[in-house]
This record gives sequence, structure tokens and C-alpha cells, in this order.
Amino acid sequence: MHPILAHQGRLLPYLAACAPLAVIVTALLARPGGLFLGEAVALAIPLTFAYAFMGLSAWYPCRQLPLTGSKALPLVLTHAAAAALISGVWVGLAALLSGAYGLIPAFRGLQGRFASQAVTLFAAGVLLYLLAAALNYVLLALEAAAQAQRREAELAVLAREAELAVLKAQIRPHFLFNSLNSISALASSDPPRAQQMCVRLGDFLRKSLSLGEKTSISVGEELELSRAYLAVEQLRFGARLEVEEDLDERSSRCLVPPLLLQPLVENAVRHGIATRVEGGRVRVGVACGGGRLRILIENPFDPDSPSRPGSGRGLENVRQRLAARYGEEALFAAKRLADRYLVVISVPAELSA
Amino acid sequence: MTEPGAGTAQIGVLIVDDEEPARSILREHLERVPGVRVVGECANGFEALRSAAELSPRIVFLDIEMPKLDGFEVLELLDPSIAAVFVTAYDAYAVKAFEVHAVDYVLKPFEASRIALAVERARERLSRGTAVRAGELHAAARPEGTYLARVVVRDGSRVHIIPVERLDAVVAQDDYLALKSEGRTYLKQQTLSSLAAALDPTRFVRVHRSHVVRLDLLARLEPYGNGSHVAVLADGTRVPVSREGHARLKELLG
Repeated sequence: MHPILAHQGRLLPYLAACAPLAVIVTALLARPGGLFLGEAVALAIPLTFAYAFMGLSAWYPCRQLPLTGSKALPLVLTHAAAAALISGVWVGLAALLSGAYGLIPAFRGLQGRFASQAVTLFAAGVLLYLLAAALNYVLLALEAAAQAQRREAELAVLAREAELAVLKAQIRPHFLFNSLNSISALASSDPPRAQQMCVRLGDFLRKSLSLGEKTSISVGEELELSRAYLAVEQLRFGARLEVEEDLDERSSRCLVPPLLLQPLVENAVRHGIATRVEGGRVRVGVACGGGRLRILIENPFDPDSPSRPGSGRGLENVRQRLAARYGEEALFAAKRLADRYLVVISVPAELSA
Repeated sequence: MTEPGAGTAQIGVLIVDDEEPARSILREHLERVPGVRVVGECANGFEALRSAAELSPRIVFLDIEMPKLDGFEVLELLDPSIAAVFVTAYDAYAVKAFEVHAVDYVLKPFEASRIALAVERARERLSRGTAVRAGELHAAARPEGTYLARVVVRDGSRVHIIPVERLDAVVAQDDYLALKSEGRTYLKQQTLSSLAAALDPTRFVRVHRSHVVRLDLLARLEPYGNGSHVAVLADGTRVPVSREGHARLKELLG
């Protein structure tokens, strides 16, 4: 439905804006050699308001053929045809009306006088069509702008929700409880290590809390958070946990949403290293080139160990956040090989200043 | 003056946890409990089963998330006369733990007194002498809406792990189940009802009082007189199908 008809309170201002046109149409019809003024007024007022409604039908060809992205020839031909059709109908309506008025004694001979003005009226109809088409294009542009704004707002809400979700999932309780248990163990057996673990845990918590407020952080900062996490886990797992990092200076300055890597590294430990009796090595690779930032996280796992609940949620969360931020531009793949797990991310590279 | 706990017999305890610091704090607390002797520490489920057989502990303190076999699987394969105490950072497993008749469920981190209490409870259970058949309950005590991912079977000192996607059929034989997987048969002491209840009903069908088959192995059904049928599997094996089993199959296959 047409936006003017679809909203109460738009129709009256629209019709009021058409009123001056009635004056112009009157003037056209009452030119010397044309109609008497009274006849012109009597015809012009209903005709103008009839056109006000007919002109709204230009909405459909306008919507079908947006100004940008349509070929010129079909655009011109379509509107020319629509203008001719609407003006023809309008002139026909005027002829019928003047015929009807002619039955009234005061308007005797109107039909004959009107015939001489039909061509002028037709030309006026075409001009009015152009006006109506212009109005409709403006309305379409406004509507598109409003829609884009709505979509943007929706996306912002989505991104925010995804971020909140990751914040909630960020400090996973089992990690805290296990770390506290290790501290409690080390407190009597190895007090210096207990102290070290307290410091590392504090460091990790402080970092992850401060990152939660930001919308973008550098890969370097994100990796520091992962390192703080791994430093705690290393005290728990001892020699079972090895870490290998591979990144260049350029990629460490790229911007990413916060808490992107750390949950993936945590997954690699919980669902990978921790399932293996002999432990293993978590590999984190980051590379920047060709306008893309590529991240690879790889870990071995024991296919003979029981699977642990919870890995799907973390991955899904990262996937959603990437989609909210980069849309189609984000690539996220998680692959389970025979005894290795791979997560690959590719996003547009954004360099920090 | 009497030593606290004097008069109670020394009781052997085994510690099973894959993290070294977690084992050391348990040992520390346990060694302070009068009458307790820590007989060994294990870092994974396989070791736990081996040590349990060699060292004959009366109580096992068991972590849940471990490599190879999780705590529940270890409990299922342990001698049922051993009392098990779960020690974990996760409270999500508590209900399941008591359904498999764990003596206690201790959350990490813990205080010394909490460990002493767990030993107390284990002693009480042991003195009542009620043997626990964990295997029966383990199968039934899975979280709502999830199904068994693998079946563990003990064969002397060896442990076989059969992922359900490689479990072809199960046949009840007296007190045992014969589990068929890739041409081999494994025996396990369990009832068919409890195992069947733990398997995904869209993948496994109990076609007969003593037969469960994996649905995608079913090649065809043949009438066998008197309203009963015979299911022919992909490898040509013929399995009897009862009237109820036939109804279940028809419902699943549409």
C-alpha cells in the first residue's frame, strides 16, 4: 500500500498541499478563449483532487524502476506510458464531468468550450505526473533510508547481545574452581608456586574484565589475554601443556572483537590437551596479508577419550559475533580431523593506528 | 588417651585425578584422616583400573573429566565393592553421581574436613556391605535428551571402548550382554533393558526381548509365520523380531 494512504494523518496534509494546484488548473482552463471562470473553478477543484489520488499510482512504476540501477530507456518509456495513460484517463474524466455540468442551465455549452481545452489539460496532466513521480521517488528514498536505519539498529543490538553472551561465558566457573583447587594444593606443597598462580589468575581476571568494555582490541592484546590464561593452565597441567605462537608484528596490530581468541584457546585446552594422557601442544597462528587477517588454532585431542560437554556453545558464540561484526565477510571454520582439531578464522584486516 | 580413629582398621584409598596439584592436595588431606592409607595415585582411567586391581583399595576418590575413561566409566568397570567418591569442579554431574550410587560428591576446592566427611560416609557404606552395581545405573543416569556415546567393556585387564556408531547389535545371554561390533563380540554384565534405555531410540531398536539392532544395518524383514518376523541384517545375520518389535520397527520406518 502507498505510504501516504497507509498512515493516518498523512492524507490530509497531502491533499492540502495539492490545493494550490487547483488554482493553477483553474487558471489554465480560464485562459482567454477558454472557459468562464466559474466553469473553470467548478471543473478544476474535483479534477485536481481526483488527480491527487491518481498520481499516487505512480508509486508502482517508481518502485519497480528505481532511479539508480535502472536502464534509462525502459525508465523513460515506462513513465511516458504511465503519464499518457493517467493524463488520458484524467482528460476523459474531465470530459464526462463537463458533459454532466452542461445539463445544468448555468453551464450550457460547457462541453463545447471544454473540447478546445482538452489538449492543454492533457499537457498539464503529463506535467502533474512528473511531479507525482518525483514525489514518489522522494518517498521511496525516505523509506529506504528508514529501513537501512532499522537494519543497522537491529545489527547493533545483535552484536551487543553476542558480546554480552561472550562476557557471560568468559570466565567459565570450572576454570576458576579448578584453579582455586590448584592454589589450595600448592599453598601447602609449594607456596611460591601458589603465590605465582594467584598472581597469574589475578592478571588474567583483570585483563578479561577490562577488555569486556571495548568493542575492538588489537590481536596483540587479545594474545596477551590468551597467554595469561595459558599461564594459569600451565601450573595445573604442568608439562602436559605446551604452547606455540606464530605471529608477525603487522598482524599483532590488527583489530578484532575482544575475547575472540581466548575462548578458542580455552576450548583447545579443555577439549584437546586435557583429553590426552601425554598432553600436547596448542598452536596459535596469526597472519595478516592481502587485506585479510587469518587466525589458526590447532590442538591434538584423544579420539578415544570421552567427549566433554560445552565445546559447541563456545564455537557458536564466536561464529555469531564474527557474523554480527563482519557479516558475509567473515569466514569461520571448525574442523575435526582424526586426532587434531582446527579452527580457522578469516576476517577483513583492520589496522589500528 | 586414645588416638582418634584408633580401633578402626586401616583403609586403603586410591586417588584418581589427571592434575598433579589436585592429587597432591587430596593426598595431603587424606593422610591426615586417621586410619586412612593412600595406596596409590593415578592420572587417568586406565591407570585407575589397573591400580585398583593391583592395590585393592576400599575407597576411590575419582575425578570426572579425565583422559581415556571418565570417572563414570571407571566406576562402571570397577569392582562394585569399592566405594567411590567423586571429586570435581563441576556441580552439574552431582545428580548423575548419586544415581550411580557414588558415596559422596565433593566439589573443588575443598577443605580437609570435607574429605574426612567423605571418608566417614564411605566407611559407613562399606560397613553395611552393600555391593553397588554401578553399570546398571550408569546407563540410566544420563542427562535428559542425551544418549550413550560409547559403551565400555572390561575384558580381564583390558578395557574395550565401543563407540555406539560401531555397535551393531546386542544379544542378551543369561546374566550377560553380547555386544557385537565389527565382527567381534564383547561380553558385559548388564541387563538389556538398561542398555536399550540409554541408546538413541532413533538409531537402535529392541526388536525382541533379547535383541537390539542398529537400525541402519537392517536389510529387510521376512515373515516367519504366526505373525512373527525375522530381520535380515546387511551381513546376512538373521535376528528374531517379536510382535512388539515389529510394531516398533513399523513406527520408526513409517
